[in-house]
Amino acid sequence: MPEAGVDIIRLDGAEKHFGAATVDIIRLDGAEKHFGAVRALAGVDFHVGAGECVGLVGHNGAGKSTLMHMVAGTLVPDSGRIAVRGGIEDNYSVPRAQQLGIRCVFQELSLCPNLSVAENTRINHPALRGFGWRRKAADLIAAKLDEIFPGHSISAADIASDLSIGRRQMVEVARAFTVTQDPLELVILDEPTSSLDAHTAGQLLAFVRRFVAGGKSCILISHVLGEVLGNADRIVVMRDGKVVASDAAKAFDRDRLVTTMGGAAAREKIAAEIATQKPETGPLRVRARPARQQDGNELVAHAGEIIGLAGLAGHGQTDLLLAIFAAAARTKTGIEVTAPVALVAGDRQSDGIFPQWSIAQNIGIRSLARLRNGLLISPRREAELADFWQKKIGIRTPDMNSNIFSLSGGNQQKALFARALGSDAKIVLMDDPMRGVDIGTKLEVYDLVREEAGRGRTFLWYTTETEELDNCHHVYVFKNGRIVAKLGRDELTEEKIIQSSFGDAA
Amino acid sequence: MRPEMTAASVESGPKSSSERSALARARLLRGLLPAMSLVLVLLAIAWLNPRAISYFGFSLMLNLAIPIALATIAQMFVIAGNELDLSIGTFVGFVGCVTATWLKEAPLVGVLILLGSIGVYALLGALIHLRNLPSIVVTLGMSFVWQGLAILILPKPGGKAPDWLLSLMAFKPPFVPFPIIAALLIAAVVHFGLMRTSYGVILRGSGGNAAALSRAGWSLLKTKIVLFALTGLFGVLSGMALIGITTSADANIGNGYTLLSIAGVILGGGEFVGGRVSPIGAVIGALTLALAASPLLTFMHIPPDWQVAANGAILIIVLAARVLISRKER
Repeated sequence: MPEAGVDIIRLDGAEKHFGAATVDIIRLDGAEKHFGAVRALAGVDFHVGAGECVGLVGHNGAGKSTLMHMVAGTLVPDSGRIAVRGGIEDNYSVPRAQQLGIRCVFQELSLCPNLSVAENTRINHPALRGFGWRRKAADLIAAKLDEIFPGHSISAADIASDLSIGRRQMVEVARAFTVTQDPLELVILDEPTSSLDAHTAGQLLAFVRRFVAGGKSCILISHVLGEVLGNADRIVVMRDGKVVASDAAKAFDRDRLVTTMGGAAAREKIAAEIATQKPETGPLRVRARPARQQDGNELVAHAGEIIGLAGLAGHGQTDLLLAIFAAAARTKTGIEVTAPVALVAGDRQSDGIFPQWSIAQNIGIRSLARLRNGLLISPRREAELADFWQKKIGIRTPDMNSNIFSLSGGNQQKALFARALGSDAKIVLMDDPMRGVDIGTKLEVYDLVREEAGRGRTFLWYTTETEELDNCHHVYVFKNGRIVAKLGRDELTEEKIIQSSFGDAA
Repeated sequence: MRPEMTAASVESGPKSSSERSALARARLLRGLLPAMSLVLVLLAIAWLNPRAISYFGFSLMLNLAIPIALATIAQMFVIAGNELDLSIGTFVGFVGCVTATWLKEAPLVGVLILLGSIGVYALLGALIHLRNLPSIVVTLGMSFVWQGLAILILPKPGGKAPDWLLSLMAFKPPFVPFPIIAALLIAAVVHFGLMRTSYGVILRGSGGNAAALSRAGWSLLKTKIVLFALTGLFGVLSGMALIGITTSADANIGNGYTLLSIAGVILGGGEFVGGRVSPIGAVIGALTLALAASPLLTFMHIPPDWQVAANGAILIIVLAARVLISRKER
C-alpha cells in the first residue's frame, strides 16, 4: 500500500477529535450550491482531519449528499473554496480527487451490472491494464473482500447482476478501499450498511475503525444513529443546507443528536386551526395495509381528514399511495377504498405533466367525463373549469391556453393540484408534491388543502418535510415498508417522528 | 438504466452460493443457445442434403456470411453502448460503391474516403453524446445520406472490385473453408478486444452503468466515439468483403443488412440495453441467419421470397427459448 508523500501526523486523545493541530485532508469553506430555486447548501464549512472518522447526520434533504458530492468532486460548488491538505484546489474534479486519494461509495449502487466483480474493480483503477490485468484485478478485490468481510463467498468472476443487493454493496465498499497507483486518504461511506445484515455491517464498521487507526480518514453517513455514535470521532449535524453542530462524538448522545437534527425552534403551528376543525369522524374512505406489514397496523382515513405519511424517503410511503390508487380501480386484498381517487404526483416532470399540452388541458384531463359534449370535449367547459381554478388557486398566467411549461415550477404544481381538486375525487393522494416549491406557493396550497378537507375531502399526504405534517390530523410513520407508528395531532413532534423512523431496532 | 438493480433491490436476503451457481448455469445455457441454433440449422441441412456438408458446400453456403458477420459485429459495438445503428445497411452499400469504383481506380482517394467515413461515424457518436440525441433518429437520417452518396457514386449497378480484394476473398485454404476461418478470426479478434482487454471493459461498462463510469472519471464522450468509430470500421470491412464476393456493386446492395445485423446481435445473445453483448455469439448469429436464409430454404424447396420470413421465424423461436431460460432463472 503506497503511502502519500506527506507525513501523516498521528495524534491521539482529544486533540485529534478537534482537528486543530492535524493536517486537514479536505476543507471546504463557505460552500454553496443551488439547484434552480432550491438552495441545497448555504455556505457550509466542513473539514476532515487525518486519522479521523467524521459522522455526518441530518434529515432528508439536509444537504449531506450534496456536500459529499463536492468532496468527491462530482459536483462543483457555486461559490466557496475547497482545499486538500492545505492546498487550494481551483479545478477540483473526480480524477483530481482520485489522485489525491479521496474516494466515495455512493448511496445508489454504482456497479455495472453487466460486468464481473473484477471488471468492476478495473473501472476504478486506470492502472489495471496491460498484460495480466484480469488476474491482478481479481486478486486485488478478492484480497480486500477477505480483509473486510471474512467468509464473504463472493468470487471475483461473479457477474454483478447475479449478486444480491447486499453482496453488491460489499463489493462496492471493498472496491473503494483497493489501492493501485493513487494513494488512499479518505473514503466517504454514504449509508454503507443500508443493505447489509447486522453481521456484515459489524465487519465493515470494525474495518473502518482499523482503517482510521492506521491514520487514514473516513466520512460515515448513516441513518442508524447508533452506528454513527459508536464509530465516529466527531459528528457533524446538518439541517436545511447548513452545518448546525460539529462536536466530538462523546459530546453527543442519541437524544441530543435527534434534537439537533430536528431543530428545537418552535414553529408557528396551524395546530389550533386543525384542532378546532377536527371533524366528528365522517364515513370511512380508506383502509389500507402496506404489503410488507406483518403486525396489525393499518392506515385508516375518514372523510374530511388529512392524513400524513412520514418517515425517511423511500420507506414504502409512495408504494402504499400507488397501491391505494390502483385499488380504487380494481379490488385489491388488504386495501379498501370507498370513493374516487386522484393522485398528485411528486415528480411532476415525469409523472404529472403532459408537456405538449396547455395549462387548461392539463387541468381538465382528470375530469373529461364532465367536460364532454356528446363525443367531443367542450372547449367552453374546459375553459370554465380552468378559469375557476386559476382564480381559486392563483395560477399566475395571462392565458390558460398557453403551454404548461410557460409556468414557473410552483405554478405547474398548482395546476396539478387544480387537476386533482377540480375532479370528482373524494380522496386525494399526494406523493410529496411540494418538493422544490417556493414557500409562498406552499402556504397557499396548505390553505386550500385544509379548506377542501373541511368540505369533506380526504387527503393522504406523503411528505419529506416535517413542517408539512403540521397540517395533518394524524400521521403514520413508515420504516422499511411498514407502518411503525401512528401519531395523533397532539403527540406530533419532529423528535417523535425522527425517533420512530430512526428506530435502530429493526 | 438499471432494470435489474431496481428489481433486485426488493429482495432482501443474500443469495446463497448454490443459487448463484444456478444462475451461472442458466447464463451458460443462454450463452450456448446461439451455438445450439446454429447446430440445429446445420443438422437440418445435413438431413435434407448430406452432400452440402463438405468443403465445397460450406464455401458456397457461407459465402455471404462474412460480410453479414462483419456488419453484425459493427452493429454490436453500438448496441454495447445502448445505441442502435439504422444506417449500417446503406453504409455497407456506400462502402461497396466506393470499393468498386474509387478504390480500384484511385486507391489513395478510395482509402481516404473510407477513412473519412469512419471519421463521420466517430463524429456521429460525439454528436449523439453531446446533444443527447436518440441514435435511432440520427442514424435513420444518416441512412438516407449514405444511400444518396452511394447512388451519386454509382447511379446504376456496375464497377469492379480491386483485384487484390477479389483474390483475397477467393482464397481457398486447405481442409477448412475460408468463410469458417474468417468467421473464427473475426470472432476471436473482437472477443479479445472487447471482452478481454482493459479498455473493452470500459466500453461495455458505458452500456451497463454510464453514471458509475463517469463518476470513476472516465469520459463517456470518448467511449461513445470509440464505439461508433469501431462500428464504422467494421461497416467498411463488411462493404469491402461484400464487393470482394459479388465482384461488382449496386447502391442498394447492403440495404437488407440493417435488420440482419440487429437480428444477428440479438440472436447471438446480445440485449438492446445494458451493455450485454457477445462477439462470438454475434458471429454465430450471423452464420445462422446466413445459413437459414438461403441454403436451408433452397433445400426445403421453399422459394427465396420467404427468406425474410424465415429469418423472422428463427429470431422469434430463439428469443422465445431465451425467455424460457431466463424465466427459470427467477
